[in-house]
Amino acid sequence: MAPETNVPALEVHDLTVAFDRKPVLWNIDLVIPQGKIVGIVGPNGAGKSTLIKSIMGLLPLSSGYTKLFDQSLNDVRNKISYVPQRESVDWDFPASVMDVVLMGRYSRLGLFKRPRKADRDVALDCLRKVGMEAFANRQISQLSGGQQQRTFLARALAQQADVYFMDEPFAGVDAATEKTIITLLRTMAQSGKTVIVVHHDLQSVTNYFDWVIMLNTRLIASGPTAETFTQENLQETYGGKLTLLADVGDLIRRENFPQREKRI
Amino acid sequence: MNSLAEFFSFADPNIRYVVLGSVLLTASSAIVGTFTFLNKRSLIGDAIAHAVLPGICLGFIVAGTKNPLVLIVGAFITGWLSLIVVEYINRKTRIKEDTAIGLVLSVFFGIGILMLTVIQKSGNASQSGLDHFLFGKAAALVGSDLFAFLIVALILLVVVYVLFKEFALMAFDKAYAKSIGYPVRALELILTSLIVLAVVIGIQAVGVVLMAAILITPAAAARFWTDKIVVMVLLASAFGAFSGLTGAYISFVAPAMPTGPWIVIVISMIAFISFFLAPKRGVVYRLIRQNNIRQTINNENVLKVLYQLGEENKNFFIHRHLDEIIRRRKYEKSTLQSILRRLLNQGYVEQTGNLWSLTEEGKNKAQRVVKIHRLWELYLTTYMKIAPDHVHEDAETIEHLLTPELEAELEKQLGYAKLDPHQTKIPYQHE
Repeated sequence: MAPETNVPALEVHDLTVAFDRKPVLWNIDLVIPQGKIVGIVGPNGAGKSTLIKSIMGLLPLSSGYTKLFDQSLNDVRNKISYVPQRESVDWDFPASVMDVVLMGRYSRLGLFKRPRKADRDVALDCLRKVGMEAFANRQISQLSGGQQQRTFLARALAQQADVYFMDEPFAGVDAATEKTIITLLRTMAQSGKTVIVVHHDLQSVTNYFDWVIMLNTRLIASGPTAETFTQENLQETYGGKLTLLADVGDLIRRENFPQREKRI
Repeated sequence: MNSLAEFFSFADPNIRYVVLGSVLLTASSAIVGTFTFLNKRSLIGDAIAHAVLPGICLGFIVAGTKNPLVLIVGAFITGWLSLIVVEYINRKTRIKEDTAIGLVLSVFFGIGILMLTVIQKSGNASQSGLDHFLFGKAAALVGSDLFAFLIVALILLVVVYVLFKEFALMAFDKAYAKSIGYPVRALELILTSLIVLAVVIGIQAVGVVLMAAILITPAAAARFWTDKIVVMVLLASAFGAFSGLTGAYISFVAPAMPTGPWIVIVISMIAFISFFLAPKRGVVYRLIRQNNIRQTINNENVLKVLYQLGEENKNFFIHRHLDEIIRRRKYEKSTLQSILRRLLNQGYVEQTGNLWSLTEEGKNKAQRVVKIHRLWELYLTTYMKIAPDHVHEDAETIEHLLTPELEAELEKQLGYAKLDPHQTKIPYQHE
């Protein structure tokens, strides 16, 4: 059943995340409507990947909560897809492109069951959408960076989700792949899907994204690109760290302090 | 050959026990080991193997006899404990996993040896044979051992079969597995339990010290031969089974030979053979391939020289002396002769007396190389703004490498340009 369109695709409330006690995201609050292509931008170490990883439940939260379609992640897991960074896996793994795309069907298959013929059909169809159908039986170790990214994208498509979180899908890909991906994202958004993308290249932000989240360990701004992606906000996002904030973070780690007082 | 016939008739129940036990054990630990290998946690098997020794001793102290069930339970407990300690050290301190494994392995093993010595000195008569766990006792397996092996092998096989897709996914992309809601923690727990189980059983045959070898080596060998995970698992278990069988056979024909170490020697030999001879990944294959590349480069370079000389004389089919070629491009005379002979065999040059000339096919092949060379130079100066005097060296390699598709693309992108950056004519085939 499709979620009601007026429910936000994503709500993040007072989210704080720490590594080794040092906070890398401070008190993030944001709401993302459905059907948008959303870019997360910010300098290195701003916590862009951390934000989507913590939304996907891959990192423990120090405080706050996230909701997808006004529900908790576990209740809507099948509607959410996550595309990790390409470099996060070892591409020398003994698997073919088809094997990887079929993993996109695993959430629907659940445990113990093996992919069926119909799942292969879906996987092949998704490979076609990213222009990789000719590579279905190719070993993944033989793929170029762009082809690896397309393979990951095809796997995400095979999940047939409503919200997609992508960690740097445009990093280190060729121009043709970049074009394929953005075209695909636009088609997805037109059919009501929400796509949230960690992005590095500021040049293409206004062109690619309807909505932008500007991050630098804290939320600078989140809103429609036209109003949000302004000179002042860019200045604030990239214009150096808040030194005091960073120092306090370091202090918390050094002194082994809990980030939040434990409530009894 | 009598011994071979006698061995493979399996008439002697003792042979039957040893062979079946060894094969079951090696094949099933190879299957579990494949996933340890793919998870890049090969060392963990070694840690567990060493850490079960104190558990075995503890089991003996508690039971007072060598009751296999109690010993296995004891081994299982300390095996698991070692993993928990490794993970705890890794998570809570700055010590990295490899160091943590090294620490845990030696501390647990040290305690185990200590307990073993105390037990041996205690004068308890039933302790004899406990040291079998150190080096294994494959040649002395009996019916009840075999039964335990069979049960464990079955458990390993069934669990891996049922959870194959899950284990493979976790080895490839754990974050993704977590993101689709798979119970990653529980699955890891199951896989680790399987490893502990394989180790606990395996050390009875090959001993603590050699256990890591039969867990990991079959997988490492299998990886050389295939890019399919299913094939890899099957191959690893086949390698394991073969080494188990061969080890048992060797100790049968030469009773002084211990079974366990021979199993390890055989599986190591398989790994070495794979390392050298496997197609694509093997060392020999790569050497041959490199040699082929070198030959191609040499061949094409000589053709190129003949072509360039032909360009200067406006006649490509003049018969030339070796020295003429050497003046253009340095070669040992003998090397050049062997290259030319190879080209003669391939039909790209002709020989009259000691003079050499291009054939029509040779000219075409040389022309393609020259064309790609000059196109690539032009590409570098046009698209990458590299100075014309810097592009030659790059083009020298690219000219031998480019596929016909890339060649066509290059021609198209440069609009079938007439001249290279040095104002030399770029030769196209149909002119």
